[in-house]
Amino acid sequence: MSQQQNGSWLGRVWGWLKRIGPWTAIGLFAGGVIAWGGFNWSLELTNTERFCISCHEMQENVFKEYRNTVHYTNRTGVRATCPDCHVPREWVHKIVRKIQASNELWHHMLGSVDTPEKFNAKRLVLAQHEWDRMKKTDSRECRNCHGYDYMDYTEQGRRSSAQHIKGFSEGKTCIDCHQGIAHALPPIEQNIGAPKEQVTLSR
Amino acid sequence: MRASTLRVVITGFAWAALTLPAGAQAQNAPKIESLRGDVPVEATSNTDISNWEGDQHAIPRDFVQQPPLIPHSIKGYTVTKNFNKCMDCHSWSRYKEKGAVKISLTHFKDRDGNELSNLSPRRYFCLQCHVPQANTTPLVENTFKPVGALAK
Repeated sequence: MSQQQNGSWLGRVWGWLKRIGPWTAIGLFAGGVIAWGGFNWSLELTNTERFCISCHEMQENVFKEYRNTVHYTNRTGVRATCPDCHVPREWVHKIVRKIQASNELWHHMLGSVDTPEKFNAKRLVLAQHEWDRMKKTDSRECRNCHGYDYMDYTEQGRRSSAQHIKGFSEGKTCIDCHQGIAHALPPIEQNIGAPKEQVTLSR
Repeated sequence: MRASTLRVVITGFAWAALTLPAGAQAQNAPKIESLRGDVPVEATSNTDISNWEGDQHAIPRDFVQQPPLIPHSIKGYTVTKNFNKCMDCHSWSRYKEKGAVKISLTHFKDRDGNELSNLSPRRYFCLQCHVPQANTTPLVENTFKPVGALAK
């Protein structure tokens, strides 16, 4: 028996464990596994495309736009769904994002963007949030699948290889050029016709 | 007869004069087919263009006023009220940086002939005139040769 001083923390825990007996200890551990597993499983349920589009604001607007893009359907069938781009994979970042997501639940309840008109009025703000987030993390979610160092420029077209090489050497990140890759762009100022809200793309 | 009846009779004669000869002529006209073939507009055509050409060098024009063909893939490039993707590379402010051709000055005129400071609304939808190419057989076999400035 490796018992230290009677009042030590470790000693008291060991004493308690001895009191409850091995089976109860194993049972408690198994209960903990089930509890943690259950928590994680429910969390991962909120990390699915099906869950995201259960809100009609998402399903009617951004999901329908995403269906026309290469991340939804393409030659090889390799896809990125909502969480692949919008929820970090690393546990800490993921939990932070999930806590921030309560804001989205709140606005769903308030109906802040529950009509196409309201959504398009806020599209600029919402898009800018995402672009800022991706810029801050050096497009972390893009890089979950697209590795710069593994790009085969001989497979890319003439323009893509030139732009990628130039962009990376200038220290750009994915989102600097690939805005609008998955969802429709908000009004962008291109100096054509009547002035729009002041968003110029950061390229 | 009354003025209103006379109006109807004259309209009737005018309609007949315009439509009946045209109807007779159409039966003798040669049968022109498009990519759709005989498929009516309401049905889905069985055209199968899938080998769109990727990035290539500029395609020589066949006649001087031809809107240049698009020598690159335009997959996913949309032209909407919010954003004109073509102008992202082909505008006067961005073409040099992107290594693209800038849109011609002819695109700056509005329909009254006034010069605008950027792309005119009537030229906003690029694909109405400029098209990409696909690697298929010609619709109609031909021996077209350009004349004038482009003749070899």
